[in-house]
Amino acid sequence: MKVLVPVKRVIDYNVKARVKADQTGVDLANVKMSMNPFCEIAVEEAVRLKEKGVATEVVIVSIGPAQAQETIRTALAMGGDRGILITSDADLEPLAVAKLLAAVVAEENPNLVLMGKQAIDGDNNAVGQMLSALLGWPQATYASAVDISGSTAKVTREVDGGLQTLDVDLPAVVTADLRLNEPRYASLPNIMKAKKKEIASKAVADYGVDVAPRLKVLKVTEPAKRSAGIKVETAADLVSKLNTAGVL
Amino acid sequence: MAVLVVADNDNAHLRDATHKTVTAALKISGDVDVLVLGSGAKGVADQAAKIAGVRKVLLAESDALGHGIAEAQADAVLALAGNYDAILVPATSGGKNFAPRVAAKLDVAPISDIVEVVSADTFTRPIYAGNALETVQSSDAKKVITVRPTAFAAAAEGGSASVETVGGADATTRFVSEEMVKSDRPELAAAKIVVSGGRAMGSAEEFQRVIEPLADKLGAAVGASRAAVDAGYAPNDYQVGQTGKVVAPALYVAIGISGAIQHLAGMKDSKVIVAINKDADAPIFQVADFGLVADYKTAVPELMDALTAAGK
Repeated sequence: MKVLVPVKRVIDYNVKARVKADQTGVDLANVKMSMNPFCEIAVEEAVRLKEKGVATEVVIVSIGPAQAQETIRTALAMGGDRGILITSDADLEPLAVAKLLAAVVAEENPNLVLMGKQAIDGDNNAVGQMLSALLGWPQATYASAVDISGSTAKVTREVDGGLQTLDVDLPAVVTADLRLNEPRYASLPNIMKAKKKEIASKAVADYGVDVAPRLKVLKVTEPAKRSAGIKVETAADLVSKLNTAGVL
Repeated sequence: MAVLVVADNDNAHLRDATHKTVTAALKISGDVDVLVLGSGAKGVADQAAKIAGVRKVLLAESDALGHGIAEAQADAVLALAGNYDAILVPATSGGKNFAPRVAAKLDVAPISDIVEVVSADTFTRPIYAGNALETVQSSDAKKVITVRPTAFAAAAEGGSASVETVGGADATTRFVSEEMVKSDRPELAAAKIVVSGGRAMGSAEEFQRVIEPLADKLGAAVGASRAAVDAGYAPNDYQVGQTGKVVAPALYVAIGISGAIQHLAGMKDSKVIVAINKDADAPIFQVADFGLVADYKTAVPELMDALTAAGK
């Protein structure tokens, strides 16, 4: 079976985002960018499915600026077979991304879309759910275990309060949570081999999808700063301070 | 304008996140209805009817709704969507699961995890792990919004809305099983005090030995950093942070937690933050109101003694 894995190029998770002085957005100039951590987990799971003989082909797709090609190369070095880059300089909303991915699914006919549960920049946690709704497929979000047998997938999900296990019929959309696996590092030989793998180059216009933004960003501001705290010397001192603050 | 709030419940209890979402809804419009999705959830609907400001309560029941299957939940909401200008869902794991499905079927852009209602079409939400706040204006005729419960006060009790039964919905996705963490402590997301442990604990036994008695003494919920969860010291459900739970208690006590960006995203709106860490340069001290630079092994027993001495 074929697995499609959407990946996103985002600010590196270790970098603290800085808001631009003119409040138009977050300053991404000269900031280290990487593959979204949840996307790495989705790629890893897809490659493991291939290694188990469950998946036959792993197709990586990314929508973003030309540099998103590097993100696709990383996924190919981890074990993806080929890539599709849909170039877009605009920062597309989840609805537009879901529509573009639905169009890619219509072309590629995968049996499974495996993707991250959320991107660490927009923190929307929406594209996977929206894609499955647009396709009319079942969804299994926040997956911490995926077990595929025949035409169904048994997916264990992380929910408030514990874990839930669902049986979904394929094709389906599964979104990965942190606990699903530990992504591998690409080895140097694999990075070299990935350079030879094919990446199809597409444009948003190729898919005839309406990507007009529905949300207008009025401003982006810094959250209120916490006033500087104090260091206390002893536990007893701490308790008396907390009593004074009225929180005990 | 009419607003539909989808209740957070476990078929028996209405959760506090619903009251907080009603508060956000009342800032948009005075006409707020609550939809309860579940199975055998009449009691939940009755509880929702008591929230002050609620116009009426709609109860939709089926097996799939009782198990929180997103496809069924989205279908049940969509069946009613024609009557509403905005649909508000608490940003819990259940709410985040089905709300985007509703938005996609309505062809509108969902607005996730709002922390402020600026006006009926303008909302503020955190992005980049809470390091920036984005104010967005929606041009969609219908809004689908998830609400961060910790950002809103709970709506008061004292209402007496009527309860109406509406159609349930089914799905092809099948529920297999669930495994819930049993706890007598307050629920993490709604607790007034949270005591969290990090990687420094070193083992699950140590985590339980150190963190749990302190939490019990304070009547607090127990949280954990991702490092502690990944290492197996605490269940996943305890994780506080960008990808775990977002909490904003009156008091948050971080023990042996360095304070990575992703952890701070889940707790930096707490009223008072206390950090106990032996590394004086740990980033957690930059957000802590009260910091104690000490090894938790000595500091926590001392803290327990000091609490006892203070009559706790």
